[in-house]
Amino acid sequence: MTRLDKGGLVDRSVVLSFSFDGRRMEGHPGDTLASALLANGVRVVGHSVELGRPRGIFSAGPEEPNALVRVGADPMLAATTVELYEGLEAWSLRGKGRVDLDATDDRRCDKGYLHCDVLVVGGGPAGLAAALSAGVAGARVILVDDQPRLGGDLLNSRVRLDGSRALDWVALVRARLASMPDVRVLTRTTAIGYYDHNYVVAVERRPRGERLWHLRTAQVVLATGAQERSLAFPGNDRPGVMLASAARTYVNRYGVRPGRRAVVFACADSGYEAARDLRAAGVEIAAVIDPRPQAPAEALAGQVVTGTVADADGLLTEVLVGDRRFEADLLAVAGGWNPVVHLFSQSQGRTVFDEEAQAFVPGASAQAERSAGACRGRYGTAEAIQDGYAAGCQAARPAGKRQGGGFRVPETDELPLRPPAAVWLVEPQSTDAPDVFADLHRDVTVADLARAAGTGMRSVEHVKRYTTAGTGADQGKTSGAVVAGVMSALLGAAPGQVGTTTFRPPYTPVSFATLAGRDRGALSDPVRTTAPHASHVARGAVFEDVGQWKRPRYFPLGGETMEQAVLRECRAARTGVAAMDASTLGKIDVRGAGAGEFLDRIYTNMYSTLRVGSCRYGVMCTADGMVFDDGTTTRLADDHYLMTTTTGNAAAVLDWLEEWRQTEWPGLEVSFTSVTDHWATVAVVGPKAREIIGLIAPGAEELAFMTYAATKVLGVDGRVFRISFSGELAYEVNVPWWYGRSLWETVLDLGAVPYGTETMHVLRAEKGFAMVGQETDGTVTPQDLGMSWLVSKRKPDFVGKRSHARPDTARDGRKRLVGLLADDPAAFVAEGAQLVGPTGPMLGHVTSSYVSAALGRSFSLAMVRGVAVGDRLSAVSGESAVPVTVVEPVFYDPGNTRRDGDPAVRAVAGRAAGCRKESPAAAFAGRFEAAGSERVRLREVPFVRMWEVRGADPGVGLRLGPDWWLVTGDTEERPGWVDVSGQRTVLELTGPGALDVLITGCPIDLHPAVFPGHAQTLLGKAAVLLERFSEPEGEGGYRIYVRSSFATYLAEWLLDALEG
Amino acid sequence: MLLIDCPHCGPRDENEFRYGGQAGIAYPETPASATDAEWAEYVFLRDNPKGWFDERWFHVHGCRTWFTLRRHTVTHEIWNP
Ligand SMILES: [Zn+2]
Repeated sequence: MTRLDKGGLVDRSVVLSFSFDGRRMEGHPGDTLASALLANGVRVVGHSVELGRPRGIFSAGPEEPNALVRVGADPMLAATTVELYEGLEAWSLRGKGRVDLDATDDRRCDKGYLHCDVLVVGGGPAGLAAALSAGVAGARVILVDDQPRLGGDLLNSRVRLDGSRALDWVALVRARLASMPDVRVLTRTTAIGYYDHNYVVAVERRPRGERLWHLRTAQVVLATGAQERSLAFPGNDRPGVMLASAARTYVNRYGVRPGRRAVVFACADSGYEAARDLRAAGVEIAAVIDPRPQAPAEALAGQVVTGTVADADGLLTEVLVGDRRFEADLLAVAGGWNPVVHLFSQSQGRTVFDEEAQAFVPGASAQAERSAGACRGRYGTAEAIQDGYAAGCQAARPAGKRQGGGFRVPETDELPLRPPAAVWLVEPQSTDAPDVFADLHRDVTVADLARAAGTGMRSVEHVKRYTTAGTGADQGKTSGAVVAGVMSALLGAAPGQVGTTTFRPPYTPVSFATLAGRDRGALSDPVRTTAPHASHVARGAVFEDVGQWKRPRYFPLGGETMEQAVLRECRAARTGVAAMDASTLGKIDVRGAGAGEFLDRIYTNMYSTLRVGSCRYGVMCTADGMVFDDGTTTRLADDHYLMTTTTGNAAAVLDWLEEWRQTEWPGLEVSFTSVTDHWATVAVVGPKAREIIGLIAPGAEELAFMTYAATKVLGVDGRVFRISFSGELAYEVNVPWWYGRSLWETVLDLGAVPYGTETMHVLRAEKGFAMVGQETDGTVTPQDLGMSWLVSKRKPDFVGKRSHARPDTARDGRKRLVGLLADDPAAFVAEGAQLVGPTGPMLGHVTSSYVSAALGRSFSLAMVRGVAVGDRLSAVSGESAVPVTVVEPVFYDPGNTRRDGDPAVRAVAGRAAGCRKESPAAAFAGRFEAAGSERVRLREVPFVRMWEVRGADPGVGLRLGPDWWLVTGDTEERPGWVDVSGQRTVLELTGPGALDVLITGCPIDLHPAVFPGHAQTLLGKAAVLLERFSEPEGEGGYRIYVRSSFATYLAEWLLDALEG
Repeated sequence: MLLIDCPHCGPRDENEFRYGGQAGIAYPETPASATDAEWAEYVFLRDNPKGWFDERWFHVHGCRTWFTLRRHTVTHEIWNP
């Protein structure tokens, strides 16, 4: 054992047992895995990636290139960064990690969003001083530091401040920071990325799993310190060769002797500090080698280490200095310091080479940031503290309420530092000398760099890619400056001219589990569900993803295959009555005196002439004339329309309308309100549909084709539209979300056969109705679909009209919609199959292909150029070529004789039972209750009445945007208000921990001093309206208004968050 | 992740917004009288400068306002007059 009897920051009274490569070992709280391994006499921790050379512990921090281990499910971690814990199991690696797919990952990672005025990165002397001075000035401050405790290099050294231990000063500052409510200190937190607009991402290591912090700040103070570097000399990779600062850290902080007898290679003065501290810990110092001509008496001045000797296991036994040999098991190398400029460089700041410090230091800033202390070459402790105070004061100035300053800088016992020796490379003195390594992690030698230089490479970026230097998990933290130095020696240029490679995030490796946080499994992507969703699940529906929606694709009975189920569902719709949940169709309430004119400009056909109470099918194009979306729009009143969109395009169409209104036609008085989630929609389809409609909405069964009625449906205010996408008699019945499930179940109880999207596709394709996104792909005009009849010739303009006259869109020979029948009625033509004639090129492709119950055969739709009905083609897909004949694209009932259903089926007397009311998160009531605690409680506030209001300020409600309000509660509805009561539901989060839950998913600043009381933003992956309330007294909380279709996702997300 | 200052809501993360391309491309007054070349220019051609660029953003997850801002395409700096 090499553990010292006393000293350091480990708690010897507690023993932690752990294992390394299956061997049981012991350590103490405060240890890293690396210090514990050294304490247990482990010298070889792994083998290098390319050459398989034995490697030991080289550093004491995140710069470690050698001591890489597997710990549990983590395939590759630096042992120097792993805090020891009871039961830790670590395994050595040969350079590269390997993911163990069987390893259980029970980590619970999370994320969080925080905002501040001043973010300080690094909790050493400079960072502590900066955080203190910024905090005293009244700024909101966040201090992040990667170690378990604050202090930075003061944890590793024996420097004294004002005659006392430096850690006493740290404790004083820490206490003052803790007393300031707007200062937040995050330890064990590594800032890994610095992005645009002062966006910094940091990883906090927690026992149960990391937390990824997203930090947005007005000002950044980088106090990231410096890392010692080695230099290139023969045999510089042997176990026993260690950075001098690391050797010093192991004795001072961990109470571990990293060797018995040491040689110190002191290119910089930190070597002397290491020699002093090693000696104090009982390590014999065989020699101090200082390349500089003037050196203290204890050193061999003007000398360099010229090689090392190892035993059979590869362990260091001797250090060579010219002709002299020193027996040693530790070679402590002080090659000089590299300021940690990674984050500075990521912020797009340019580094410059400082000749005196022989290091790259921050140059001009690109963002609102400043560096302080060792990360800009201010290595002395007092100097760093002074620098930190100044940086904190400056950074707080824009936000500061008070003027800081007057901080006293403590006196230190440190000696002034001399410039380091400008030595990067000690050439081998003989051909049989051991390899000279530049990058230990990647096994890149000076010979490799010389080869790169020999091929003519001059840029370090090229050398990096050619040799792989700097591409390891350590990202070249110890090797980057060495490579630049060696290349400068090889090329005869200054290191500043050679430069460094680009520093990219992340600063330290991050696991995908950390990045994913809680967005895994069911929470990885929001799932939108309709009001009847639970019924579909109970009925055994097979679902299909349409955008974020879960839609039933078919409803198998017994052991039916999809094909069998779809044939049965189609037969029901064509011969009896069937029903589909059509709630996912986009629905947009369009109002205002200019509504008709607006729709005329957006659609290819006319809406201003549509009779009130009538529906019209329409297509809208983008400015290039291509089909964008389709659907029916109904005129509810003179200045009031209801537009429907495809399921997938609902949001895009609403954005599109808003874009034209705001940016091109602000003079038109028109407004748009999404009511997609407010209305649950059930399509009742088939020749016998009239009977069911008569029972649920008496009177509506006699609606004429393409008309609508606002009517009671099962006793509640609803809407019935007589619209058909199947050619059969069909109705779309709408009730507010709360009643949707009850409506669906009632319709099925009355005998309708449930059908899903697959049957819907077959029915529309049999009628030759093109489907946006199936037949169209952004290159198809209405004319290409054979819909010229839908394109107005009378209107002076509509979006896309001029493009229809462009030479390319107006030409003959474009692909057009046709039908295809295979010669063999049982042959199935694959969607996407390429269509070719007897000779010549590809003419088109198959867009839809189904088996039809009504036709008793397969059929297809296709987009093909230059063909006529009767032409014969081959549909080629993979190895198969199916002979097909071109036909008209209407396969079923071309005369539209079935539109009015079975005349024998009339309404029957009677009325279905009333409607049951259910709120979107009703199913969660029990789980919400059970998840509550003293800190935070969650509940749904169901059935809140809501209206969206446009135009003039109603004087009540929440302002959502310019001329846009949400009015809630027991208010008298006023003319022009859009009832959106079913569009959203309210989830209420209360208790002192509510804010801690919200910051795990809400990116905006929720600080009470900044948050305006309500805001539309994101929570998790759902758009929400967030409202803070303070009643009742002292309690308060947040109301989260969420779209009803996202309620299940957000409820699950919140319940997951409540688990902490 | 840019920080974009919505004129109505204040500074918000970029992912609350939708990008709307170059600003100041007005819909032609009389499309019917535009030549094919003029029309193609309106529909298809946009500037792609290295430097300051006026562009449109839509606060899709907030107040649903379209607005114009000037962004530097190299540094991502947003013009703050
Ligand atoms: Zn906004």
